[in-house]
Amino acid sequence: MSGEEFVPLSLTPLLIGTFAAIACALPGNFLVLRKQALIGDAISHVVLPGIVVAFLVTGAISTWPMMLGAAGASVMAVVLIEAVRRLGQIEAGAAMGVVFTTMFAAGVLLLEQTDTSTVHLDVEHALYGNLESLIWLDATGWSSVLDPVALAGLPPELSRIALTLLGVSLFVWLFWRPLKISTFDEGFARTIGIRTGVLGMALVITAAIAAVAAFDAVGSIIVIAMFICPPAAARMMTNRLETQIAWSVAFAILSAVFGYVLAGYGPLWLGAADAVSAAGMIATISGLILAFAALWGPCRTRAGAPGTA
Amino acid sequence: MLELAAQQGVSVAGKGLEGSPLAIRGLTVSYGQKPAVFSVDMTVQSGAMTAIIGPNGAGKSTLLKAALGIVTPLSGQVSVFGEPLEKQRARIAYVPQRASVDWDFPTRVIDVVLMGLSRELGLLGRVRARHMACAMDCLHRVGMRDFADRQIGQLSGGQQQRVFLARALAQDADLYLLDEPFAGVDAATEKAIIAVLKSLKEAGKTVVVVHHDLATVTDYFDHVFLINTRKVAEGTVAEAFTAETLQSAYGGRLATAQIDQISRALG
Repeated sequence: MSGEEFVPLSLTPLLIGTFAAIACALPGNFLVLRKQALIGDAISHVVLPGIVVAFLVTGAISTWPMMLGAAGASVMAVVLIEAVRRLGQIEAGAAMGVVFTTMFAAGVLLLEQTDTSTVHLDVEHALYGNLESLIWLDATGWSSVLDPVALAGLPPELSRIALTLLGVSLFVWLFWRPLKISTFDEGFARTIGIRTGVLGMALVITAAIAAVAAFDAVGSIIVIAMFICPPAAARMMTNRLETQIAWSVAFAILSAVFGYVLAGYGPLWLGAADAVSAAGMIATISGLILAFAALWGPCRTRAGAPGTA
Repeated sequence: MLELAAQQGVSVAGKGLEGSPLAIRGLTVSYGQKPAVFSVDMTVQSGAMTAIIGPNGAGKSTLLKAALGIVTPLSGQVSVFGEPLEKQRARIAYVPQRASVDWDFPTRVIDVVLMGLSRELGLLGRVRARHMACAMDCLHRVGMRDFADRQIGQLSGGQQQRVFLARALAQDADLYLLDEPFAGVDAATEKAIIAVLKSLKEAGKTVVVVHHDLATVTDYFDHVFLINTRKVAEGTVAEAFTAETLQSAYGGRLATAQIDQISRALG
């Protein structure tokens, strides 16, 4: 494919898909180890009431108020989940289940009870996003990458997800040591003065922000898949957290690039007429990677359960 | 006077407990309706080895966790070396129960020991040669030097416990608090751990251990703290570890034969 075709049509969706995948996979590593990986699923449901409220307040379908509404609802959900978990002294998964079904139900009720018939909440759009439509029409070829006029026409999703990825990376880099220690041994972490409650909350809020930014660009299916599949597959490739993070990023990039290319050209190669959803294919590839890692990864056996040692 | 001191937030340490590495007053902790620890006072002797003893569910671990701020008590004060806990955290090393963490966590033995140096390393400080040397030395002291590069899940229970002890040694503390370090470990590990703890005592450090094996109390410890939700007895082994105090702590849960055995051991 020539630059004239590739740059306007495929470069931005590829970058957005890749950035979204990494932004979710990075915090996903800690969430999987903390057995909180379902938070991605939870957030994809709780954004609904936030979006509806944002629409009711502004009366228009515009990106920023809706993203703010979604982010607000996610943060509220995260706080509620922590509250239910700590006050009820129950497992994180159960707390998530209670909070996200309740908030999703509230969103549906809100949608039904208010006059929002003008809103078109497209299920397919919410699930799969519209990665393929995030094209860069101002670009004419590789030279456009350095052309300020063309750059001004980049889809806004790209800068949003790039900024989000930068924020997520900074968070993980800066708090690497406390995150690692408190994920492994929360009691010990508290005795050396790490505020584990605040840190755990910051981690899920970071994940929530990554999720909302990624939904906006690529839909919820990538978010749910990327929080879990690359980190879980990476865990089976190594016994070191540092290396696991590197593998998870590699798997996220691999899923995004291969998924996008396969969705666009795979069906054509097989003789079908249409392309399939890129987001769906990216999630599928990440699932396949996880399956391969589970079958042949070098570190897939549980060795250390205290009872068996 | 004591009430006034408590109201003003002054630690009770001002009242002649200044030297105590760990002083607890009126500590009550509850996980639900029933208190796990009720109105407990404890004064740990400096430079001694103290065993916290009591039946299952008597609040031994909870007492330790509340003293360390891991669980939040309903009421009570804790002072560490005469000051609030937060100011003296650097002087405390804590060894949690081995079963409290997931040993499948992707990390190596040496990385766990280096966690003991995290106060010194800070957020972004690089691990330098001297940090590595310190961590290796701590592993050597517990006889685990050859296992530095192993994944922690590949260790036996006893080896895992020694790695936890090595991490505490790396903290270079003055007060060591250990939660059931001898639970489910092999005889060699028990020997290794007690040797390290005794060397800490000889170096003037204070050691507090939640312990469950009544048969070894007289051999290992010089002070005893008996608890069954409330404090039952506190003092030297001779004073506090008697047939009467044990009966009162364990009630019917301790067979008469066991008490006889312990009484004989006590002479």
